[in-house]
Amino acid sequence: MWERLYIASGNRLPIIMTTVNRALSAPINIHCDHSDAMGARDAGWIQLYSENAQEAYDNLIQAVRIAEHRDVRLPVMVCMDGFIISHSIERMEMLDDMPVRNFIGPFKANYPLLDINNPVTYGPIDLQDYYIEHKRQQAEAMKLAGPVILEIGKEFGETFGRSYGFFEGYMLDDAELVIVGLGSSTGTVRSVVDELRAKGIAAGLLKLRTFRPFPAHEIAAAIGGAKAVAVLDRSDSFGAYGGPLFSEVRSALFGKNDAPPVVDYIYGLGGRDFGIADVHGIFDDLQDIVQNGAPEDEVQYITVRE
Amino acid sequence: MSVQKKGWRDLPTGGLILEAGSSHTYKTGGWRTYRPVHNPQKCINCLACWIYCPDSSVIVTDGKFVGFDLDHCKGCGVCAYECPKKVRAITMTEEAEEAKD
Repeated sequence: MWERLYIASGNRLPIIMTTVNRALSAPINIHCDHSDAMGARDAGWIQLYSENAQEAYDNLIQAVRIAEHRDVRLPVMVCMDGFIISHSIERMEMLDDMPVRNFIGPFKANYPLLDINNPVTYGPIDLQDYYIEHKRQQAEAMKLAGPVILEIGKEFGETFGRSYGFFEGYMLDDAELVIVGLGSSTGTVRSVVDELRAKGIAAGLLKLRTFRPFPAHEIAAAIGGAKAVAVLDRSDSFGAYGGPLFSEVRSALFGKNDAPPVVDYIYGLGGRDFGIADVHGIFDDLQDIVQNGAPEDEVQYITVRE
Repeated sequence: MSVQKKGWRDLPTGGLILEAGSSHTYKTGGWRTYRPVHNPQKCINCLACWIYCPDSSVIVTDGKFVGFDLDHCKGCGVCAYECPKKVRAITMTEEAEEAKD
């Protein structure tokens, strides 16, 4: 199954896949975590994560434009949290068909499969003398996808009233204690940020939408001035130094002047609840880090019974 | 004929091949470890080798075996195996030895 993902991106097919994120067996579990999509993070797909049903819907519409853009031509995964988003009832705004149709526009394949007057070979063998050139093209397409995602997110906002970027900063500009996360749990973080702000604590949230391509420079610029950063990983990369998001965020900050300490919390695997108290615990830890420095264990599991 | 290979900026994306018959100019003979050597004294021109060759590397003109296409023969040895046991007109020999000549 897994190599299919690489085949889709390697063949530069603008496929859109709604990924309802879930845990992977064993033991058998289909509830929410990000193990499935994070395991596919090197497969050459663009990955957009959604906080709620509205974002999943909006991302899906934009994904078609992004995937089919002539500079990109890459498949896009639109990720939403299994059960928490996929099986819950929420208010959301559906758009009319025609404006969406107009926004997406027609698709023009470079070399249509059914163009019998100009036949080409799809999916041939690609050996030592060509393969790396084709991978280099994919790397370039992923790089060019960045500005395309921003341009389409802005245009979506102008057309439908909800703008999208690489990420959403909440109370981030002057934040000293920052949580970086993606998916539905960021809503929980946002409400705790409000509570802490009411008490005069400079808490903030960076909710990541675009994990691939990873906006490293933009994230470093947005949180580089914080005093302590916690990353929320709803998947583990067993044996790695921290979860996938932690590795990327920390790497983005590495080598920057006065970069804040970054710690990782692996949480909510297999659909385990992640609540207000858990977020408070993380912000408490961050305050402690600001006063006493980063702990020896920079990576830890939470929402787990000891 | 050697093919000038394009850089990544100039190649069609997705590994597409736009022209037909590119396998003619793509030489795979370099993969060969064993080279088929033909003995015209023994050959009865039954052309079993031509029928079985998976790489169309047995060259036949006017119903007669005339040679191997060594630019594409991968040295699999199917031709030597299929040559009738009473004939054995094809032997597989070390490519390294043959290439010295």
